[in-house]
Amino acid sequence: MPFLTEDALDLPRLVAQVAAPERGGIATFLGLVRNHNRGREVLRLDYSAYGAMAEEECGRIVAEAESRWPVRVAIAHRLGRVEIGEASVGVAAAAAHRSDAFEACRYVTEELKRRVPIWKREFFADGTEAWVDPTAAARTASVEARRQ
Amino acid sequence: MRNLEHSMTASPAPLISVRVLVFAKFAELLAREEIDVTIAPPATVGDVIAKIRASIPAAKALPPELLCARNRAHASPSDTVSDGDELALLPPLAGG
Repeated sequence: MPFLTEDALDLPRLVAQVAAPERGGIATFLGLVRNHNRGREVLRLDYSAYGAMAEEECGRIVAEAESRWPVRVAIAHRLGRVEIGEASVGVAAAAAHRSDAFEACRYVTEELKRRVPIWKREFFADGTEAWVDPTAAARTASVEARRQ
Repeated sequence: MRNLEHSMTASPAPLISVRVLVFAKFAELLAREEIDVTIAPPATVGDVIAKIRASIPAAKALPPELLCARNRAHASPSDTVSDGDELALLPPLAGG
């Protein structure tokens, strides 16, 4: 099953991909499109990706998590236009016990944001739009931290 | 025999061709989504990027350090490229 999708994210379906009688805990993460970013009102996002690499990188992250913890992991990420309040990313990790499920879910979510080649364009309430650059936000935050 | 050896060592290795995909902000900046680069081996990912910077005026606006991929996996500028490789220049990632 591909990790990237143009369709609305279906959390029960993601959970069903990892659920099994021997797995007593499932941790899930849903990332939603927020109506503000760095003090500006956001109307919607548009996601794009290097599709072939994004699929392979998601597969590598899932394999890493499943070799590090006794878990089964599922990922889904939206592409295209995503509205405020809609889920843009979903991760589900199932394990016999909750601690492995929580840890694997966190690991996969963080690695996905760090490594998978996906980009988003923000559309603001004032009619302007821009590519989201988390590294620019991090640079601003570190400059502000030094000022304080 | 001596002549043959001499001619073999003296003949330059054939050029290699790689395709470089560009995405999102970089695709806008360069006004294209792919660039075919021909380069003399041995060459690295960094050599290919340097050739792009030198040959496309808009590429001078690319950041000095950028994420790159080789054959759909994250790569380092020091990685060696082979004929037929698919490289990619990746703007700051923003998934999630």
